[in-house]
Amino acid sequence: MKVSPQEVARIAALARLGIDQDRLDTFAAQFNGILDYMDLLAQVDTEGVEPLYSPVDGPTRLREDKAESRHSREELLASAPETDGAHFVVPKIV
Amino acid sequence: MPVYEAVIGLEVHAQLRTESKLFCACSTRFGQEPNTNVCPVCAGMPGTLPVLNARAVEYAVMMALAVGCRVNRVNVFARKNYFYPDLPLGYQISQFDLPLAEGGSVTIDAGAGPKVVGITRIHMENDAGKSIHSQAENVSFVDLNRAGTPLIEIVSEPDMRSPEEAEAYLRALHSVVTWLGICDGNMEEGSFRCDANVSIRPVGQREFGTRTELKNMNSFRNVRRAIAYEIARQEDLLADGGAVVQQTRLFDADKGVTHAMRGKEEAHDYRYYPDPDLLPVEISETMIADLRAALPELPAARRARFESALGLPPEAVAALTADRALSDYYEAAVAAYDEPRKVANWMLSEMLRRLNDTGVGVADCALAPEGFAAIVRMVEEGAVSQKSGRDMFAALFAGGGDPEAYAREHGLAQVSDSAALEAAVDAVLAANPAEVEAYRAGKTKLMGFFVGQVMRATKGQANAKLLNEIITARLG
Repeated sequence: MKVSPQEVARIAALARLGIDQDRLDTFAAQFNGILDYMDLLAQVDTEGVEPLYSPVDGPTRLREDKAESRHSREELLASAPETDGAHFVVPKIV
Repeated sequence: MPVYEAVIGLEVHAQLRTESKLFCACSTRFGQEPNTNVCPVCAGMPGTLPVLNARAVEYAVMMALAVGCRVNRVNVFARKNYFYPDLPLGYQISQFDLPLAEGGSVTIDAGAGPKVVGITRIHMENDAGKSIHSQAENVSFVDLNRAGTPLIEIVSEPDMRSPEEAEAYLRALHSVVTWLGICDGNMEEGSFRCDANVSIRPVGQREFGTRTELKNMNSFRNVRRAIAYEIARQEDLLADGGAVVQQTRLFDADKGVTHAMRGKEEAHDYRYYPDPDLLPVEISETMIADLRAALPELPAARRARFESALGLPPEAVAALTADRALSDYYEAAVAAYDEPRKVANWMLSEMLRRLNDTGVGVADCALAPEGFAAIVRMVEEGAVSQKSGRDMFAALFAGGGDPEAYAREHGLAQVSDSAALEAAVDAVLAANPAEVEAYRAGKTKLMGFFVGQVMRATKGQANAKLLNEIITARLG
């Protein structure tokens, strides 16, 4: 088994996901199923094939370095759960 | 107890001086009202897509070429995953296994002769926002103005062995980025910052010791102090039979110590993977050739040339090449008056003092380098006195203008014509026979009196050096 239940717990913690202890085995089995399936790719001979980072062809598009302001602070803060009119307000960090 | 040596590597972040952010068109201006340079892209709103800033790529390639890195013709952005409120996407867009550039170096001199420090890699990434922590309330405030600002991270090899070498390396990088004009180099505002990896090992041992990562050092001096403290701390630990724990430590500049960050904040496992929102960046041969051709003469090369071709002493060279604008100004002045040392003396005294006093950059000085050179020449040739030269410089520094015309208009031209001065001296001596008698009897302090009289007669325009010579000769 590649992924242990402990590893599932760690990955969940890194992703800030709460997870029931009794489901760790289930997820570990599912993770391993996915990884085993992906391992099929390892059977393909990729000698001399360039790595493909995206199914889209060509390089990334570039943008001219020009500053623009299209949004007001009010609009931006409108979607925040809590603001003081100038900042996003979040639970105390330190 | 074994003798230890320190092993130091630096990770330097330089904010690129672009107008707009790395992946959106928001302004990168510092010091704006909170959250006014923010859009849905840099605020991490769902459904937005990043579009890469062409100039940021250019600047990053310029740096790579300036320090001799190999530019990866194809490089890839990757997501560095961690949660922090000033990182709205939940990941930083950085580069991982295919960075922009690899394998360069800079040469430093920390006092023991030249030493090459390797550069492992240079990659592009975006900056996070800023959090302000309230003392009174149980909340933090997030300002995303800085979020998305383009950075390059320059990672060194663990080649440095002392705090002084680390500082010299940091200064060398600072001088290159500011010289190229790709970063303003402001350490206080955080546009140029550095983390240090520090470990120690017994001299002669090949394996590295356990390292700590130092953060929060916002000046060259603090980088040196923090590393020196950390080396001593690690030596004490080992001497007491303890062990160094791998951790991130923050420098406290007031107390001059480092202390460990809380464990929670450093439980990092970034789980990098290629960012599917961004296609690979391709750097063309043409782009590299064009940028290479446009690179200015770099500080190290210019320093060498100032020393060898202009014959300037090392301290003067260091001061004159600390800043590209200053260095360019000096070169232009020497082109107008080919007396490198004399022009250098004026640059390092009058010019630097005035730049410091006024807070004006040399690029904004109203006096053209040719005018500056003319003042130095007029003083050297005795056309004006040293004092008049200084006064003239003070006036023209702010207002600009032609020194020759200024000297004429303000009657600063010195009387350096010996015949005219001799006549004036003779007149003064003839009018003061008693003083002449006293002087010849040994009261040589009267020299000042004679000089004063002639100066009054010539409205202060007599060449003081010449005047002294004439009086001495007449009374001798």
